Amino acid sequence: MARIIVVTSGKGGVGKTTTSAAIAMGLAKKGHKTAVIDFDVGLRNLDLIMGCERRVVYDFVNVINGEATLNQALIRDKNCNLLYILPASQTRDKDALSQEGVGKILDELKKDFKYIVCDSPAGIEKGAHLAMYFADDAFIVTNPEVSSVRDSDRMLGILSSKSRRAEQNEDPIKEYLLLSRYSPDRVKLGEMLSVEDVQEILSLHLLGVIPESKSVLNASNSGTPVILDEKSDAGQAYADIVARYLGEDKPHRFIDDKKGLFGKLFGRK
Amino acid sequence: MSLLDYFKTSKASSASLAKERLQILVAHERSSRNQPSYLPQLQKELLEVIRKYINVDQDAISVNFEQNDTQETLELNIVLPEHQTKTS
Ligand SMILES: Nc1ncnc2c1ncn2[C@@H]1O[C@H](COP(=O)(O)OP(=O)(O)O)[C@@H](O)[C@H]1O
Ligand SMILES: [Mg+2]
Repeated sequence: MARIIVVTSGKGGVGKTTTSAAIAMGLAKKGHKTAVIDFDVGLRNLDLIMGCERRVVYDFVNVINGEATLNQALIRDKNCNLLYILPASQTRDKDALSQEGVGKILDELKKDFKYIVCDSPAGIEKGAHLAMYFADDAFIVTNPEVSSVRDSDRMLGILSSKSRRAEQNEDPIKEYLLLSRYSPDRVKLGEMLSVEDVQEILSLHLLGVIPESKSVLNASNSGTPVILDEKSDAGQAYADIVARYLGEDKPHRFIDDKKGLFGKLFGRK
Repeated sequence: MSLLDYFKTSKASSASLAKERLQILVAHERSSRNQPSYLPQLQKELLEVIRKYINVDQDAISVNFEQNDTQETLELNIVLPEHQTKTS
């Protein structure tokens, strides 16, 4: 059975697109045919992070409107032939996506793909609503910071009341916490909420911690999902997350400040 | 070293302050999320009825919905205007 994963947060700029690109690539690299969809209508960006911006011909809205077939719009990833990207439309029409249209496309994708990753826009408006509505699993991307934690909690409320699974009284969406942009050294100094703090407030199952990392900007500069930078801490964190999601038992990393004085002085990638 | 200590202690409280504020806020927002949808309308109509008899302010009345494992309770609170409590 295909599974639909929504990557969501409420708040903007917390790492949803970075995460969507990384985990979609990770799932595909593990041999699962995966599609990743950009739901951020009007603010397309996933294509840039995936490095396929120059190959966009048709988009999500074109397919909904019947102006292109799904196969015409899906872009095959250059690094992994099991990964496909469905770009967002750059239209300014907020109503370009309809629940019916999105549902139809997801149903069609489910026949052919194992995982469908939905990169949600920020906010709790229509785009974010549609990104999560059909989901089976939700990856809640949260930063260890007050407004992000609060918005994540609001999003949890929406997932449990406004999703298709909630409305049809099916098993609820499975929710996972991805704590991103984590700085163990700042946590140690008491400047940043810790993993335990955030878990205690949100009571969510922790799928993984992604450290604040320079490698994320490097990856986006070159248009390659950070998970392909296997030497980087963020890349490894995402690889762990994918493995855990697929049921592998991986101890959590990047939670403790392992940098000694030497590491602090000379930095670490 | 004393300067570093100063930063350490002042910041040690900043994360715990954030946690405390979040816990209160999130608990509050969750309880209002679980409220039945008829609550605002109920509150409005109750206010209209009460106003037939007593001249109270909009915010003199509060309706709280509480839920635990065994029961749901609706708590109605009306604060009477000052002169009325004195004369009665
Ligand atoms: N782990 C991380 N370390 C450092 N920077 C990050 C990390 N995750 C995301 N970022 C940066 O944060 C910004 C927002 O990320 P993005 O994935 O676009 O967020 P969203 O899709 O939630 O708006 C980007 O500039 C990205 O490079
Ligand atoms: Mg984004």
